[in-house]
Amino acid sequence: MASETVLELRQVSKAFATHRAVADVSLVIPRGAFFSLLGPSGCGKTTILRMIAGFETPTSGEVWLNGECINALPPYRRNVNTVFQGYALFPHLTVQGNVEFGLVYKKGHKKGTDDINRVNEVLKQVRLEGKSSRRTSELSGGERQRVALARAIVLQPDVLLLDEPLSALDPQLRKQVRGELRDLQRRLGVTFLFVTHDQEEALSMSDQIAVMNAGLLEQVGTPREIYARPRSRFVADFLGEMNWIGGIGVRPEAVSITSQGQKALVTGVTYLGSFCRIEMKLESGDLLAAHAPPGIAFTTGQAVCFTWNREDEIHL
Amino acid sequence: MAVTMLAPLAIILVYSFLTRGAYGGVEAPSTIENYTRLWDPVYAAIILRSLWISAVATALCLILGFPLALFIARSGARKNLYLGLVILPFWTSFLIRTYAWMFILRDTGIVNSVLQSLGLIPEPLPLLYNNGAVILGLVYGFLPFMVLPLYATLERLDPSLLEAAADLGARPWDALVRVILPLCAPGIRAGAILTFVPCLGTYLTSDLLGGSKTVLIGNLVQNQFTASRDWPFGAALSLALMAIAIGLLFTVRRRGEELL
Repeated sequence: MASETVLELRQVSKAFATHRAVADVSLVIPRGAFFSLLGPSGCGKTTILRMIAGFETPTSGEVWLNGECINALPPYRRNVNTVFQGYALFPHLTVQGNVEFGLVYKKGHKKGTDDINRVNEVLKQVRLEGKSSRRTSELSGGERQRVALARAIVLQPDVLLLDEPLSALDPQLRKQVRGELRDLQRRLGVTFLFVTHDQEEALSMSDQIAVMNAGLLEQVGTPREIYARPRSRFVADFLGEMNWIGGIGVRPEAVSITSQGQKALVTGVTYLGSFCRIEMKLESGDLLAAHAPPGIAFTTGQAVCFTWNREDEIHL
Repeated sequence: MAVTMLAPLAIILVYSFLTRGAYGGVEAPSTIENYTRLWDPVYAAIILRSLWISAVATALCLILGFPLALFIARSGARKNLYLGLVILPFWTSFLIRTYAWMFILRDTGIVNSVLQSLGLIPEPLPLLYNNGAVILGLVYGFLPFMVLPLYATLERLDPSLLEAAADLGARPWDALVRVILPLCAPGIRAGAILTFVPCLGTYLTSDLLGGSKTVLIGNLVQNQFTASRDWPFGAALSLALMAIAIGLLFTVRRRGEELL
């Protein structure tokens, strides 16, 4: 992937009357990347998105798009587009009306059949052909989400901002849409900045993830780096599960139950289909969780031994 | 309830088909002459004048009321204060408030005396007793009827739709025309009806501020029941007024939408 920067945040902070939402965040987003902002609700990730879109002004710091500081530009002059959390589709317009809404504001726009072709092209990309004359109220949740997507990508933004676009969908659909969204991003080559609180979403879709907590940037890296080499206790705990034994972190799936090694007593067994979650109490009194193959039947009170590989340890 | 509402209407309907009595009241035989008289150019002109004065007043109410309603809907915690101020004039009699306008507009009124004492005009401006004064009085009197329904729809407008419009490249003016106005259409229709219909039936404003020059349907009706003592014609006129109002109501109603 080209490492050319499309969007950059330079020490951006945002304070509201009662609290500090974003504190000194610097980010570099490469062109064409699927970049996720991950964190619990209230961590400042949506505020960052809104500062990039132009709905909020940073208290300090600068937002750079295509090598230009855009702090002073109003939302309608920034070449970024947003897929809103509730989609914010215009209820008085059809699918066609929604998707072509922004085309007239594009530079060099001419009235004519060009628009219709572009709208049709985009509707095909999001699998909404034949629905262009529908009212948005007649669409399903998944279709509404795709209209919101089409309305934004038809404008060919430098960065597409997505604010928890899957949270309004039912869980079954959500997993399917993840793959579709990832494919669409690859095909279009548009930079996606994806805000989510769902670690599984972020891990499965992103090229890079920035983890945020309480307005601060905790860590930026590939999904693999973030998960396997967390640099803070927050990141380690927020993504997946982590055992902490004497200051050393180890993931449950890295712990194997063996015939020899350290001794422990099984205190709980949860069968989860593809694996079995075993809770153990060590001689030191520490608690440890492990994922064991589902085929072996452990029972509470059973004495077991366990071990893990040195390279799976996380030292902070 | 229904009886008390409908009985006076029924009486008016019956009267409108009878002949005038010598000293007021009504007599047999029944006739449709009261309705054919409505087409007399003298009366048709008055009806047309009423229509256009009401239309102008309604349009002005919309032009003034829309920004005001938008401002109130956007003013957060102060909303209730501003709404209270809009409704405040209703706490005094409309008659008194209309008289107050006479004191402002007449030749020796506030406006003219200030302008004259500043030496800006040699003679008092003819501010009172014309169509303009009537329209001013109507706009003043019925502006709240426009502002309240507009406010109700603007207040419900999802702010993220405006962010979406800006995000897609629309400047504030474009967002107003392409998003806010279409979504406020029900409020605009309701406000227009609530303003236009009472304007059409007004007689007080035109009587006090319009003088003898600006006779509207309302004055004509009032006149038939008082000076002219022609109750049947007055009844026919007021039913015609009602028919116009109801006709308009159905015209501006969108299919499948509730009246008002």
